[in-house]
Amino acid sequence: MTAGAVVFYLFAAITVGSAAVVVLARSLIYSAFALLFTFFGVAGLYVLLGADFLAATQLLIYVGGILVLLLFGVMLTHKLYDLDLRSEVTQFLPAATIVGGLFLILAWPIDLSFNLLGRQMRLYGVLFQTTWAAGPGRPPAATTAEIGRLFMGQYLLPFEAASILLLVALIGAAMIVRRRPQA
Amino acid sequence: MIGIQHYLFVSASLFCLGFLGILTRRNAVNVLMGIELVLNSANINLVAFSRFGPGNLQGQLFAVFVIVIAAAEVAVALAIVLTLYRLRRTPNLDEADILRG
Repeated sequence: MTAGAVVFYLFAAITVGSAAVVVLARSLIYSAFALLFTFFGVAGLYVLLGADFLAATQLLIYVGGILVLLLFGVMLTHKLYDLDLRSEVTQFLPAATIVGGLFLILAWPIDLSFNLLGRQMRLYGVLFQTTWAAGPGRPPAATTAEIGRLFMGQYLLPFEAASILLLVALIGAAMIVRRRPQA
Repeated sequence: MIGIQHYLFVSASLFCLGFLGILTRRNAVNVLMGIELVLNSANINLVAFSRFGPGNLQGQLFAVFVIVIAAAEVAVALAIVLTLYRLRRTPNLDEADILRG
Protein backbone atom coordinates (compact mmCIF):
# COMPACT_ATOMS: atom_id res chain seq x y z
CA MET A 1 0.00 0.00 0.00
CA THR A 2 1.39 3.35 -0.98
CA ALA A 3 1.53 6.36 1.29
CA GLY A 4 -1.29 8.02 -0.64
CA ALA A 5 -3.55 5.04 -0.05
CA VAL A 6 -2.75 5.05 3.67
CA VAL A 7 -3.65 8.75 3.90
CA PHE A 8 -6.84 8.17 1.93
CA TYR A 9 -7.99 5.37 4.21
CA LEU A 10 -7.13 7.49 7.25
CA PHE A 11 -9.24 10.42 6.05
CA ALA A 12 -12.05 8.15 4.89
CA ALA A 13 -12.14 6.46 8.30
CA ILE A 14 -12.18 9.83 10.08
CA THR A 15 -14.98 11.08 7.84
CA VAL A 16 -17.28 8.08 8.00
CA GLY A 17 -16.55 7.24 11.66
CA SER A 18 -17.28 10.72 12.93
CA ALA A 19 -20.33 10.96 10.69
CA ALA A 20 -21.62 7.84 12.43
CA VAL A 21 -21.03 9.58 15.78
CA VAL A 22 -22.95 12.63 14.50
CA VAL A 23 -25.93 10.48 13.66
CA LEU A 24 -25.88 8.11 16.63
CA ALA A 25 -24.59 10.16 19.59
CA ARG A 26 -27.01 10.79 22.43
CA SER A 27 -25.90 14.32 23.16
CA LEU A 28 -26.21 17.25 20.78
CA ILE A 29 -22.81 18.58 21.82
CA TYR A 30 -21.14 15.28 20.94
CA SER A 31 -22.87 15.41 17.55
CA ALA A 32 -21.65 18.93 16.90
CA PHE A 33 -18.05 18.13 17.77
CA ALA A 34 -18.10 14.94 15.72
CA LEU A 35 -19.35 17.05 12.82
CA LEU A 36 -16.15 19.10 13.19
CA PHE A 37 -14.08 15.97 12.53
CA THR A 38 -16.28 15.00 9.60
CA PHE A 39 -15.65 18.38 7.98
CA PHE A 40 -11.91 18.02 8.58
CA GLY A 41 -11.94 14.56 7.02
CA VAL A 42 -13.80 15.81 3.96
CA ALA A 43 -11.31 18.66 3.62
CA GLY A 44 -8.51 16.07 3.69
CA LEU A 45 -10.23 14.12 0.92
CA TYR A 46 -10.42 17.34 -1.11
CA VAL A 47 -6.68 17.80 -0.71
CA LEU A 48 -6.10 14.23 -1.90
CA LEU A 49 -8.30 14.98 -4.92
CA GLY A 50 -6.20 17.99 -5.81
CA ALA A 51 -8.79 20.59 -4.81
CA ASP A 52 -6.70 22.87 -2.63
CA PHE A 53 -8.94 25.93 -2.88
CA LEU A 54 -12.00 23.88 -2.06
CA ALA A 55 -10.31 22.33 0.98
CA ALA A 56 -9.51 25.78 2.36
CA THR A 57 -13.06 26.93 1.61
CA GLN A 58 -14.42 23.87 3.37
CA LEU A 59 -12.44 24.66 6.51
CA LEU A 60 -13.30 28.37 6.47
CA ILE A 61 -17.02 28.13 5.72
CA TYR A 62 -18.03 24.81 7.24
CA VAL A 63 -15.85 24.75 10.33
CA GLY A 64 -15.65 28.51 10.84
CA GLY A 65 -19.18 29.41 9.84
CA ILE A 66 -21.75 26.65 9.63
CA LEU A 67 -20.54 24.65 12.62
CA VAL A 68 -20.42 27.74 14.85
CA LEU A 69 -23.91 28.64 13.65
CA LEU A 70 -25.14 25.15 14.50
CA LEU A 71 -23.60 25.41 17.98
CA PHE A 72 -25.39 28.74 18.43
CA GLY A 73 -28.57 26.94 17.43
CA VAL A 74 -27.93 24.23 20.03
CA MET A 75 -27.25 26.76 22.77
CA LEU A 76 -30.19 29.03 21.97
CA THR A 77 -32.80 26.29 21.76
CA HIS A 78 -32.06 24.81 25.16
CA LYS A 79 -32.29 26.23 28.60
CA LEU A 80 -28.83 27.13 29.74
CA TYR A 81 -29.02 25.07 32.92
CA ASP A 82 -30.10 22.08 30.88
CA LEU A 83 -26.77 20.31 30.92
CA ASP A 84 -27.34 17.00 29.24
CA LEU A 85 -28.74 18.41 25.93
CA ARG A 86 -30.32 15.16 24.94
CA SER A 87 -31.44 14.50 21.41
CA GLU A 88 -33.94 11.74 21.05
CA VAL A 89 -34.23 9.26 18.25
CA THR A 90 -37.59 8.28 16.79
CA GLN A 91 -38.71 5.65 14.27
CA PHE A 92 -35.22 4.18 14.22
CA LEU A 93 -36.09 0.76 12.88
CA PRO A 94 -38.02 1.76 9.71
CA ALA A 95 -35.51 4.49 8.95
CA ALA A 96 -32.59 2.10 9.40
CA THR A 97 -34.31 -0.40 7.09
CA ILE A 98 -34.78 2.20 4.36
CA VAL A 99 -31.26 3.55 4.67
CA GLY A 100 -29.72 0.08 4.86
CA GLY A 101 -31.55 -0.94 1.68
CA LEU A 102 -30.37 2.22 -0.01
CA PHE A 103 -26.80 1.49 1.02
CA LEU A 104 -27.03 -2.09 -0.28
CA ILE A 105 -28.23 -0.83 -3.65
CA LEU A 106 -25.74 2.01 -3.89
CA ALA A 107 -22.53 0.73 -2.46
CA TRP A 108 -22.52 -2.87 -1.23
CA PRO A 109 -18.80 -3.63 -1.67
CA ILE A 110 -18.77 -7.45 -1.96
CA ASP A 111 -19.94 -9.22 -5.10
CA LEU A 112 -22.53 -11.77 -3.97
CA SER A 113 -24.48 -14.10 -6.19
CA PHE A 114 -27.25 -16.22 -4.76
CA ASN A 115 -30.40 -18.05 -5.70
CA LEU A 116 -33.67 -16.60 -4.44
CA LEU A 117 -36.86 -18.57 -5.27
CA GLY A 118 -35.36 -19.98 -8.41
CA ARG A 119 -34.03 -16.69 -9.70
CA GLN A 120 -30.42 -15.78 -9.86
CA MET A 121 -29.79 -12.63 -7.84
CA ARG A 122 -26.69 -10.53 -7.67
CA LEU A 123 -25.93 -8.17 -4.81
CA TYR A 124 -23.29 -5.66 -5.74
CA GLY A 125 -23.37 -1.91 -5.36
CA VAL A 126 -24.41 0.18 -8.33
CA LEU A 127 -21.30 2.30 -8.09
CA PHE A 128 -19.07 -0.75 -8.55
CA GLN A 129 -21.02 -2.08 -11.53
CA THR A 130 -21.09 1.21 -13.39
CA THR A 131 -18.34 2.02 -15.83
CA TRP A 132 -17.65 5.63 -15.02
CA ALA A 133 -16.79 7.91 -17.87
CA ALA A 134 -13.04 7.83 -17.91
CA GLY A 135 -11.12 10.86 -19.01
CA PRO A 136 -7.64 12.19 -18.90
CA GLY A 137 -8.34 13.38 -15.36
CA ARG A 138 -6.88 16.40 -13.74
CA PRO A 139 -3.57 15.72 -12.02
CA PRO A 140 -3.23 17.67 -8.77
CA ALA A 141 -2.16 21.23 -9.51
CA ALA A 142 -2.91 24.64 -8.09
CA THR A 143 -6.53 25.50 -8.80
CA THR A 144 -7.13 28.90 -7.21
CA ALA A 145 -6.13 31.09 -10.14
CA GLU A 146 -8.11 29.05 -12.63
CA ILE A 147 -11.20 28.97 -10.39
CA GLY A 148 -11.03 32.74 -10.03
CA ARG A 149 -10.73 33.15 -13.79
CA LEU A 150 -13.74 30.89 -14.37
CA PHE A 151 -15.84 32.75 -11.79
CA MET A 152 -15.06 36.09 -13.35
CA GLY A 153 -15.51 34.80 -16.88
CA GLN A 154 -17.57 31.84 -17.93
CA TYR A 155 -19.49 31.49 -14.66
CA LEU A 156 -20.12 35.16 -13.91
CA LEU A 157 -23.90 34.88 -13.95
CA PRO A 158 -24.16 32.03 -11.40
CA PHE A 159 -21.58 33.84 -9.30
CA GLU A 160 -23.72 36.97 -9.17
CA ALA A 161 -26.84 34.91 -8.56
CA ALA A 162 -25.09 33.29 -5.59
CA SER A 163 -24.24 36.68 -4.13
CA ILE A 164 -27.87 37.79 -4.48
CA LEU A 165 -28.92 34.55 -2.79
CA LEU A 166 -26.59 35.29 0.12
CA LEU A 167 -28.02 38.80 0.47
CA VAL A 168 -31.57 37.45 0.41
CA ALA A 169 -30.69 34.81 3.02
CA LEU A 170 -29.12 37.45 5.24
CA ILE A 171 -32.16 39.71 5.13
CA GLY A 172 -34.59 36.81 5.32
CA ALA A 173 -32.94 35.26 8.39
CA ALA A 174 -32.97 38.62 10.17
CA MET A 175 -36.63 39.11 9.24
CA ILE A 176 -37.67 35.69 10.52
CA VAL A 177 -36.03 35.90 13.96
CA ARG A 178 -37.01 39.52 14.58
CA ARG A 179 -39.33 40.00 17.55
CA ARG A 180 -42.63 41.28 16.32
CA PRO A 181 -44.53 43.81 18.43
CA GLN A 182 -47.43 42.12 20.16
CA ALA A 183 -50.39 42.60 17.87
CA MET B 1 -4.27 2.58 -6.41
CA ILE B 2 -7.08 4.76 -5.12
CA GLY B 3 -9.62 5.23 -7.89
CA ILE B 4 -12.91 6.99 -8.25
CA GLN B 5 -14.87 4.12 -6.74
CA HIS B 6 -13.14 4.54 -3.40
CA TYR B 7 -14.29 8.13 -3.19
CA LEU B 8 -17.78 7.24 -4.37
CA PHE B 9 -17.98 4.58 -1.66
CA VAL B 10 -17.03 7.09 1.05
CA SER B 11 -19.56 9.51 -0.38
CA ALA B 12 -22.33 6.89 -0.46
CA SER B 13 -21.62 5.94 3.17
CA LEU B 14 -21.72 9.60 4.19
CA PHE B 15 -24.98 10.09 2.31
CA CYS B 16 -26.62 7.09 3.99
CA LEU B 17 -25.52 8.23 7.45
CA GLY B 18 -26.79 11.76 6.83
CA PHE B 19 -30.09 10.42 5.53
CA LEU B 20 -30.41 8.24 8.63
CA GLY B 21 -29.83 11.33 10.77
CA ILE B 22 -32.50 13.29 8.89
CA LEU B 23 -35.03 10.49 9.28
CA THR B 24 -34.45 9.57 12.91
CA ARG B 25 -33.66 12.73 14.84
CA ARG B 26 -36.32 14.71 16.65
CA ASN B 27 -34.17 17.74 17.33
CA ALA B 28 -34.24 20.24 14.47
CA VAL B 29 -30.58 21.21 14.83
CA ASN B 30 -29.60 17.57 14.59
CA VAL B 31 -31.64 17.19 11.41
CA LEU B 32 -29.69 20.14 10.01
CA MET B 33 -26.45 18.29 10.81
CA GLY B 34 -27.76 15.36 8.77
CA ILE B 35 -28.48 17.68 5.85
CA GLU B 36 -24.91 18.99 6.07
CA LEU B 37 -23.60 15.42 5.85
CA VAL B 38 -25.67 14.79 2.73
CA LEU B 39 -24.43 18.01 1.09
CA ASN B 40 -20.84 17.09 1.91
CA SER B 41 -21.25 13.67 0.35
CA ALA B 42 -22.55 15.28 -2.83
CA ASN B 43 -19.54 17.58 -2.82
CA ILE B 44 -17.12 14.65 -2.54
CA ASN B 45 -18.79 13.14 -5.60
CA LEU B 46 -18.49 16.36 -7.59
CA VAL B 47 -14.83 16.84 -6.76
CA ALA B 48 -14.02 13.19 -7.46
CA PHE B 49 -15.64 13.40 -10.90
CA SER B 50 -13.73 16.61 -11.50
CA ARG B 51 -10.48 14.83 -10.63
CA PHE B 52 -10.97 11.60 -12.57
CA GLY B 53 -13.31 12.73 -15.32
CA PRO B 54 -12.76 14.96 -18.31
CA GLY B 55 -10.11 16.99 -16.58
CA ASN B 56 -11.68 20.39 -16.09
CA LEU B 57 -12.66 22.31 -12.99
CA GLN B 58 -16.44 22.37 -13.38
CA GLY B 59 -17.04 19.89 -10.58
CA GLN B 60 -15.07 22.01 -8.14
CA LEU B 61 -16.96 25.15 -9.19
CA PHE B 62 -20.23 23.37 -8.62
CA ALA B 63 -18.99 22.30 -5.18
CA VAL B 64 -18.27 25.94 -4.33
CA PHE B 65 -21.87 26.83 -5.20
CA VAL B 66 -23.10 23.93 -3.05
CA ILE B 67 -21.11 25.29 -0.10
CA VAL B 68 -22.58 28.78 -0.64
CA ILE B 69 -26.11 27.45 -0.74
CA ALA B 70 -25.47 25.29 2.35
CA ALA B 71 -24.38 28.39 4.26
CA ALA B 72 -27.50 30.31 3.22
CA GLU B 73 -29.69 27.32 4.03
CA VAL B 74 -28.27 26.90 7.52
CA ALA B 75 -28.77 30.59 8.32
CA VAL B 76 -32.42 30.58 7.28
CA ALA B 77 -33.13 27.18 8.83
CA LEU B 78 -31.67 28.24 12.18
CA ALA B 79 -33.81 31.37 12.07
CA ILE B 80 -36.85 29.15 11.61
CA VAL B 81 -35.73 26.85 14.45
CA LEU B 82 -35.25 29.81 16.80
CA THR B 83 -38.69 31.17 15.92
CA LEU B 84 -40.19 27.75 16.51
CA TYR B 85 -38.44 27.56 19.87
CA ARG B 86 -39.75 30.97 20.86
CA LEU B 87 -43.25 29.94 19.86
CA ARG B 88 -43.46 26.41 21.27
CA ARG B 89 -40.55 26.21 23.77
CA THR B 90 -39.28 23.08 22.08
CA PRO B 91 -36.66 22.29 19.43
CA ASN B 92 -38.39 19.03 18.49
CA LEU B 93 -39.82 18.81 15.02
CA ASP B 94 -42.69 16.44 15.83
CA GLU B 95 -44.12 18.96 18.29
CA ALA B 96 -44.27 21.64 15.61
CA ASP B 97 -47.84 20.83 14.60
CA ILE B 98 -49.36 24.31 14.74
CA LEU B 99 -50.79 23.97 11.25
CA ARG B 100 -52.61 20.73 12.04
CA GLY B 101 -56.37 21.16 11.64
